[in-house]
Amino acid sequence: MIIKNQNIVDDDWSVLRLNENDTPEGVVVPSGKFIVPLKVWQAQRAQLQGRAEIGVWLNSDERAEALQDDLERFVLIAVNFPKFADGRGYSIAHHLRVRLGYRGELRAIGDVLRDQLFYMRRVGFDAFEPRADKDIHEALKGLSDFSVCYQGSSDEALPLFRRVRRGGEI
Amino acid sequence: MYRYDQYDLQLAAERVAQFSDQVRRRLSGELSEEEFRILRLQNGLYHQVHGYMLRIAAPYGLLSANQVRTLALVARRYDRGYGHFTTRQNIQFNWIRLEDTPAILAELAKAELHANQASGSCLRSITSDEFAGVARDEIVDPRPYAEILRQWSTFHPEFAYLPRKFKIAITGGGEDRAATGVHDIGLRVVKNAQGEVGFRVLVGGGLGRTPVIGTVISDFVPWQHVLTYLESIVRVYNEYGRRDNAYKARIKILVKALGIEEFRRQVEADWEFTKDGSMTVTEEELKRVSAFFTPHDYAQLPAVDAGVEHLQRENKAFANWLRRNVKPHKTTGYAVVVLSLKKAGIAPGDITADQMDAVADLADRYSFGEVRVSHMQNLVLADVKQSDLIELWYAATELGLATPNIGLLTDVICCPGSDFCSLANARSIPLAQEIANRFDDFDYLHDIGDIELNISGCINACAHHHVGHIGILGVDKNGEGRYQVSIGGAQGNGIRLGQVIGSSFSAAETPEVLASLLSLYVRERHEGERFVDTVHRLGVQPFKEHVYKTATAVSLGLADEAASHAESLVACYDDPYFSPRF
Repeated sequence: MIIKNQNIVDDDWSVLRLNENDTPEGVVVPSGKFIVPLKVWQAQRAQLQGRAEIGVWLNSDERAEALQDDLERFVLIAVNFPKFADGRGYSIAHHLRVRLGYRGELRAIGDVLRDQLFYMRRVGFDAFEPRADKDIHEALKGLSDFSVCYQGSSDEALPLFRRVRRGGEI
Repeated sequence: MYRYDQYDLQLAAERVAQFSDQVRRRLSGELSEEEFRILRLQNGLYHQVHGYMLRIAAPYGLLSANQVRTLALVARRYDRGYGHFTTRQNIQFNWIRLEDTPAILAELAKAELHANQASGSCLRSITSDEFAGVARDEIVDPRPYAEILRQWSTFHPEFAYLPRKFKIAITGGGEDRAATGVHDIGLRVVKNAQGEVGFRVLVGGGLGRTPVIGTVISDFVPWQHVLTYLESIVRVYNEYGRRDNAYKARIKILVKALGIEEFRRQVEADWEFTKDGSMTVTEEELKRVSAFFTPHDYAQLPAVDAGVEHLQRENKAFANWLRRNVKPHKTTGYAVVVLSLKKAGIAPGDITADQMDAVADLADRYSFGEVRVSHMQNLVLADVKQSDLIELWYAATELGLATPNIGLLTDVICCPGSDFCSLANARSIPLAQEIANRFDDFDYLHDIGDIELNISGCINACAHHHVGHIGILGVDKNGEGRYQVSIGGAQGNGIRLGQVIGSSFSAAETPEVLASLLSLYVRERHEGERFVDTVHRLGVQPFKEHVYKTATAVSLGLADEAASHAESLVACYDDPYFSPRF
């Protein structure tokens, strides 16, 4: 189960993570819908690019630009949060959405918790796989923490001052 | 000053609900302490020596009288009847119960106050010049920009989990009263040759373990572009700032590692994508926010008040107060009054709930209902009629807020130290007290004149000791708090870092070290020369030699009086220090 477009839905994608002994070149990507690490995509591009249902995930220390020439191939890109306090994933999402214009599914994976979901959605994530030990129904509530935002971001390009007529003193 | 509209109010209410729910989940065990810690810090809630400490933001140092009353209410109802103003223009309460924080935040929100981003690895609350809008040397009033920055930085979705804290300071003065050179980003409002307003942007300044003066990344960013430009700076930092070592995680380390040219290139490359985008500030928005900061309805008054002049001649205490605590105002017949929170016997920056209420009343009566918090840990009534100065002086004296020591040795900038802070290595408040006791002769203090003494209880440098004319740093040596002394630091336009004079001193020795530094200054100074200027002229060496001669005498017990004094101090330092009020 994941959260997608503010609903809890079934999901048939699997995230491939490399074990200690795996190499990006050698690891076998099983058939089916897999989200593979960027390094695996780069190493096995020739074999993988023919497959219809392949997603790719970026770790927080990787760059969105690495996918610049491949964006149209993917219906799904994921960004991994190794720890929820590692905020690089937010800027990766910004780059994918704003700089590179990626329009497909952008999924947050890893240490994904309720209290960060709102910000994640704002910067362009539209799918979330909360950490396995957390209640996904509780996590969903995080998306509705705020109804007002000052800044423009990926979910709403216009900042508040361009969006509404703001009042003076009340 | 800025007032919330329906959107600000809605957001504030939603924030209270969000944090209240986070507290509920922590108390039920749904959230682990590790998860909650980062969430509570982003709400200014630390776990300190006495339990939870709540830091409440006074955005860019500006408070309304009613907001001050709300702080008094928090002090009285939820804490021990007093609060502590900090160098970040915030106020801290030290005995907060976690269970009470939802109720406190709800009270704060009613008064348009909050604790958002008062701590944590995020964009911290913005600081500014406490004389904004009233200073004679001001080029442009920075407050509208500070408010625009406050809103931009509040819950910025991309920058809530930065490598480390991120502090922005802004000033519009000819003189920099916001220490912009020691912030992650420092903004100086400037006008270009065409008279257009923009910002000179400094980046990578900071104190702490690795003190660095910020470097100019841009001489002129037009005001319309300030948000997108700052976003690009913070984005490059978010992506490339170190996350493997907290001591090397501030932006200053990244700027040093890349070099300013490469850092600037990366920022400008990123800016290409967002410049002129939707976050470009509009004329309309600047106009809307600026309307909250238009000059008050000032009366037409004579430049001097005869009653003030008379009392100044007759009453030395009043004259001293005028000289030290009253500053020029850009409007004829008005003055800026600094209320000193540096009275002997009181921890620097501390204020009781009763005093807060009284200050709010004074603000209503004499200063258009506004109070400013200075980064020197004093309060400011910025718009006082000259003809009200006498009444105000009597009232402030009654309240213990008229110590005529602004800018003098006893106007100590002092962090809470290990009496309150779990990061500290040494106590700073008792040392500040000891200095206040040692130097209690106002004639002597006025003769020494302008000097800045900053005492930090640890290397994190909350009291900005690196830029103090005399900086004192508490260090831990085998479990004993000792004090390293530096001289020659300065803030303002000539900002520079002080130099350590040598090995550390005991708590008892340190006031004598100051006396020794000052005695050399008195001997060597030129007419009208400040302590720090004498240090810059002569260099550190003669001061160092002079001090260690004296200090050795103290340590070896050759000066009996000093030694017995030292013993009495050691005894008193063993008592836990709770503010002298209880």
